Amino acid sequence: MARVVVDVMLKPEILDPQGQAVQRALPRLGFEGIADVRQGKRFELEVEGPVDDAALARIHQIAETFLANTVIEDFSVKVEVGEGADATAVKAES
Amino acid sequence: MTLDTTKHAAQTPEAEQPWAELGLKQDEYERVRAILGRRPTGAELAMYSVMWSEHCSYKSSKVHLRQFGEKAPESDALLVGIGENAGVVDVGQGYAVTFKVESHNHPSYIEPYQGAATGVGGIVRDILAMGARPVAVMDPLRFGAADHPDTKRVLPGVVAGIGGYGNCLGLPNIGGEVVFDPCYQGNPLVNALCVGVMKHEDIHLAKASGTGNKVILYGARTGGDGIGGVSVLASETFDDSKPTKRPAVQVGDPFQEKLLIECTLEVFKEDLVEGIQDLGGAGLSCATSELASAGSGGMRVELDTVPLRDSSLSPEEILMSESQERMCAIVKPEKVDRFLEICEKWDVIATVIGEVTDGERLEIYWHGEQIVDVPPRTVAHEGPVYERPYARPEWQDALQADDAGKLPRPATAEELRAQILKVIASPNQSSKSWITDQYDRFVQGNTVLAQPEDSGMVRVDEETGLGVAVATDGNGRYAKLDPYAGAQLALAESYRNVAASGAKPLAISNCLNFGSPEDPAVMWQFAEATRGLADGCLTLGTPVTGGNVSLYNQTGEVAIHPTPVVAVLGVIDDVARRTPIAFAEEGQLLYLLGDTAAELGGSAWSQVIHDHLGGLPPKVDLERERLLAEILISASRDGMVDAAHDLSDGGLIQALAESCLRGGNGARIVVPDGLDPFVLLFSESAGRAIVAVPRSEEVRFNDMCGARGLPAARIGVVDGDAIEVQGQFSIPLAELRESYEATIPGLLA
Repeated sequence: MARVVVDVMLKPEILDPQGQAVQRALPRLGFEGIADVRQGKRFELEVEGPVDDAALARIHQIAETFLANTVIEDFSVKVEVGEGADATAVKAES
Repeated sequence: MTLDTTKHAAQTPEAEQPWAELGLKQDEYERVRAILGRRPTGAELAMYSVMWSEHCSYKSSKVHLRQFGEKAPESDALLVGIGENAGVVDVGQGYAVTFKVESHNHPSYIEPYQGAATGVGGIVRDILAMGARPVAVMDPLRFGAADHPDTKRVLPGVVAGIGGYGNCLGLPNIGGEVVFDPCYQGNPLVNALCVGVMKHEDIHLAKASGTGNKVILYGARTGGDGIGGVSVLASETFDDSKPTKRPAVQVGDPFQEKLLIECTLEVFKEDLVEGIQDLGGAGLSCATSELASAGSGGMRVELDTVPLRDSSLSPEEILMSESQERMCAIVKPEKVDRFLEICEKWDVIATVIGEVTDGERLEIYWHGEQIVDVPPRTVAHEGPVYERPYARPEWQDALQADDAGKLPRPATAEELRAQILKVIASPNQSSKSWITDQYDRFVQGNTVLAQPEDSGMVRVDEETGLGVAVATDGNGRYAKLDPYAGAQLALAESYRNVAASGAKPLAISNCLNFGSPEDPAVMWQFAEATRGLADGCLTLGTPVTGGNVSLYNQTGEVAIHPTPVVAVLGVIDDVARRTPIAFAEEGQLLYLLGDTAAELGGSAWSQVIHDHLGGLPPKVDLERERLLAEILISASRDGMVDAAHDLSDGGLIQALAESCLRGGNGARIVVPDGLDPFVLLFSESAGRAIVAVPRSEEVRFNDMCGARGLPAARIGVVDGDAIEVQGQFSIPLAELRESYEATIPGLLA
């Protein structure tokens, strides 16, 4: 079964309070040198059948309508081909 | 890209400028050029366009809003009136209360969660800027039809946003309303109210004076949030034919806001602040120009010192950014260090970005070059004012002639019973606890009454029990039938709700939600509603302390019902004397106060049973409202009533159902002679309330009503576990509860 990964990130101009909280905590915990942190979500979808254009289009639609709030978030769709293989990235506009 | 400095602007008078895209009209742009004697720089154009937008300048509504000042009743209670961030009311014992209601309608349609959340954040900062500690919030909400798919997108997001922000902030949400009507489809109304408490001496105002004083920006960093949000979001009608201008949505951070509150209250306490302004719509453009305009006029700001979240922002964008959780303070030079120290303690970024100058110009510099040089009053307070044409729409007569009295009424007792259950189970009349349970109503431990009571009440002083009560009301259906009467009915209902809980109404705030002011019919509705409200406030002796106008709530040609939402604030000397709505004690006598006529225009019954809107709304009698309120307050203070519930939409049966279910007791009702049971139960005549009187108090209560000339009819007794109308029908409470409580979760959960 092939795995498709959807990464969802807040758009760059949108405030990310969680990322900021992590960034503020870093120096307190002794970790230096991190200028900025932004936090997002990763969805791993196990696809039944072949990951063809139709399946990707469907996943794109899932991401656009359900996984991401495209008013404030961007997403990208990546296909992971088998164990350990290089991921073929399919960038998706949102 | 070359920086558009004032010098550059003077040298390039012919440069094309995107004034139309920024929402300015041709003559407005010409006026900016005339004021400056040259073309504006990009930064100046950004400031003027955003500050002259409908949302910030009130250019269409101003001429009508003046009545609130001109017709203001004499009131000793008003400490700060219209024009500041919020009005301030004296509630006695050295305490002052500030409150205001505002709209966040368009942003909440686009991004329900963040739109509603930042609406709460914005109004909380307004209250904070007056010097008060915010103590409670309320949210009057309007959505499209309850079963419309888009309502299922918008409502849960809005409710979660209000709950999320308010709960994180630790502010109880003590009331508000939820109304469904297809007219709000695509234009939901998300209004937010905040109440704050302070001592008289703590009042702060938004003005910058004292040459040499420093301008400090503190709170969150500035990012690309909501750039152009004010002019684009709030002042342009949604229209599918144009490509959407979708500016970056503002995202709120309630934990940052909490720090801002505590930090601000501490700098107030140490008397470090000369003037203060929160940053809301129009961000720094608004804060700097309003502070300077209200003060002596001169201010110099080094814009490149503003802490940024995104270093690529241009000066125009920094001026227009609506990043949340920011405030701007004017501080004497010798107090700056201490101010910054306190900010550091609270982990709040604070930066000196400029100073008050002895000139009369607001000057803004970017890396040493001047990009803004304007008289601040022309930006903030002397914007365009329009006398928009208005005309009573042609359809108004036909609408009013379509009398709801002619609708077929239930022919049998059985049919009446069935209609009652249907109305009680309708989305507007049914229980909203699925929504209000998502809000923390009791945090801080001072909440005395919250939804579903008539008003929200919080204790102000633990020792004496002093408290304040607030209710918000507005009935768009009434206002559509008659905007003048509709606004007065909203005022009357809110006033009555506060009085029913035992508090004395003192002052009001309002949020006026209407369609496009460019439509003469809408403008007529607005003119009538403001006239009605101003006249009503004069009669009731409750001044308007401030508020907000939201126009352009329409899609294409179709405007929302005119929806003036009125918030009345009252004071109660001892919250232990409050009156709840619950019929808690069996055997107590039920008295109906006021007169009941066959008034069904705009009623819940006409909507639910006949899907009808026509005729005239209930008659307004404000002198009667005042008398009723006095009786309710006296009865509460002297312990003559144990429960009271105002009668409004849904009529007597709605109030009975709510009071019975709340108390877990039934009621036996006898229809008074000469009244039709249907009219008794469903009429929405104003100026009425139902009260539960202990038998020991009956004589005293009757004497009081008799002596003061308020009609009071004994219509029944609290008894059993059903609502029984003698000779008509009986509805067991269990069946009533099922009808009342299942609807909203069924539609939305």
